[in-house]
Amino acid sequence: MYSNGYIFRYAAILVIIAAALLSTAAMMLKPFQERNMAIEKMGSILASANVKNIDKEVMIDRFNEFVTEALVINQDGKVIESLTEGEKENGKAFNINMKEQLYRKANGIDYELPIYKIDDKGKTIYIFPLYGTGLWGPIWGNIALSEDLNTVVGVTFDHKGETPGLGAEIATSAFEDQFTDTVKKIFDDNNQFTSIAVVKGGVKKLPESQRIHGVDAISGGTITSNGVNDMLKNVLESYVPYIEKQK
Amino acid sequence: MSEEKKEREPLFSPKNLKLIKDPLSINNPITVQVLGICSALAVTAKLKPAIVMTISVMVVLAVSNVVISLLRNGIPPRIRIIVQLVVIATMVILVDQVLKAFVYDVSKQLSVFVGLIITNCIIMGRLEAFAMGNKPWPAFLDGIGNALGYGIILIIVAFFREFLGSGTIFDIHVIPQGFYDFGYKNNGLMILPPMALITVGVIIWVQRYRNRDLIEDH
Repeated sequence: MYSNGYIFRYAAILVIIAAALLSTAAMMLKPFQERNMAIEKMGSILASANVKNIDKEVMIDRFNEFVTEALVINQDGKVIESLTEGEKENGKAFNINMKEQLYRKANGIDYELPIYKIDDKGKTIYIFPLYGTGLWGPIWGNIALSEDLNTVVGVTFDHKGETPGLGAEIATSAFEDQFTDTVKKIFDDNNQFTSIAVVKGGVKKLPESQRIHGVDAISGGTITSNGVNDMLKNVLESYVPYIEKQK
Repeated sequence: MSEEKKEREPLFSPKNLKLIKDPLSINNPITVQVLGICSALAVTAKLKPAIVMTISVMVVLAVSNVVISLLRNGIPPRIRIIVQLVVIATMVILVDQVLKAFVYDVSKQLSVFVGLIITNCIIMGRLEAFAMGNKPWPAFLDGIGNALGYGIILIIVAFFREFLGSGTIFDIHVIPQGFYDFGYKNNGLMILPPMALITVGVIIWVQRYRNRDLIEDH
């Protein structure tokens, strides 16, 4: 028979050994994991501008090659930092925490957001990172606009844990291609910011003139679709001061 | 030294080999004991995640079995399930971290299911039923055997699901384009979890047809 003291000592020692083992492993593997996450983020940024199928081994080099400028702007659309040379993955723009900055925005505090520029045969493509909330957790992505800073060139979305087959469909090409199959614009004819709405029931419900500002929502994924809708609206709106200055 | 060896049971004695062979056939964890079904349905849409899952389960099960077997004489019976869980959970988190560091794509595909190895009934079952009462070496073989038995079913199911559902094997197209030109279509239903259950059912059917001893009397 084991005494209570033995049981407590046994449990304590076991747990301490397990904890030591796990924290050592976590610390040692962290650089590798962070590199993987950075590579995934770069792939997503490039994919939104239709630069796809890049081998992971050369992703960091390709990213630095394709991205001609990595900017940080503030809430007034003023460029705070611009990086055109060197390792952009270590620059300020690439390492901005979108969640934190949008939280600051929601609370009326000064914030900073990243923008990437890619050169496409002499024309600049602007890529705006996005961040928002889905049904079960965060959703994020990138939207690329053409030189007129109005027409969508491409989008990528990703999510932490949306329901497979329903909300998770936002990260499939079937959903993303809607933004490029027909021309979509974020400003209307009067140059008013309208964003791109994710419309429950489909864009066909909208009047003809509004259809270039909308895409179909996902059946059974209404809350995630609304999340994408709000994310586009909220984040793109924060970039409007910058966009206005460029025009 | 050599005398001592003679007295010992050989490493791969018939009894020990049985520990590896039985789970592959007459005592298969999935088709006979019907354990670990949930993950078998979830990760078998493609071959690659099925194989990574098999290897992960093998590492977790073999190492946990050995650790528990080494500790078996000191584990207070009252907290033995908790001790087993701590060992399994530690191993699973380690495997998860390693996958995230070195095969990030696959770890994204497996997503929550690596974490759910903790709840895979096969693992708790083997620790409680075998490792608590056997020496480390047989426990190690038992772990490898059961993981192989689990994995072989996963791989068979994943082969058919990927082949019929996507027309690929390891993401390489094997069905010639000519077939598609004649109107052949990939069966999208195979990608969905219900078809995994039906495939497992067919495997159970074939296995029992070939080995009548497995059929329960009613």
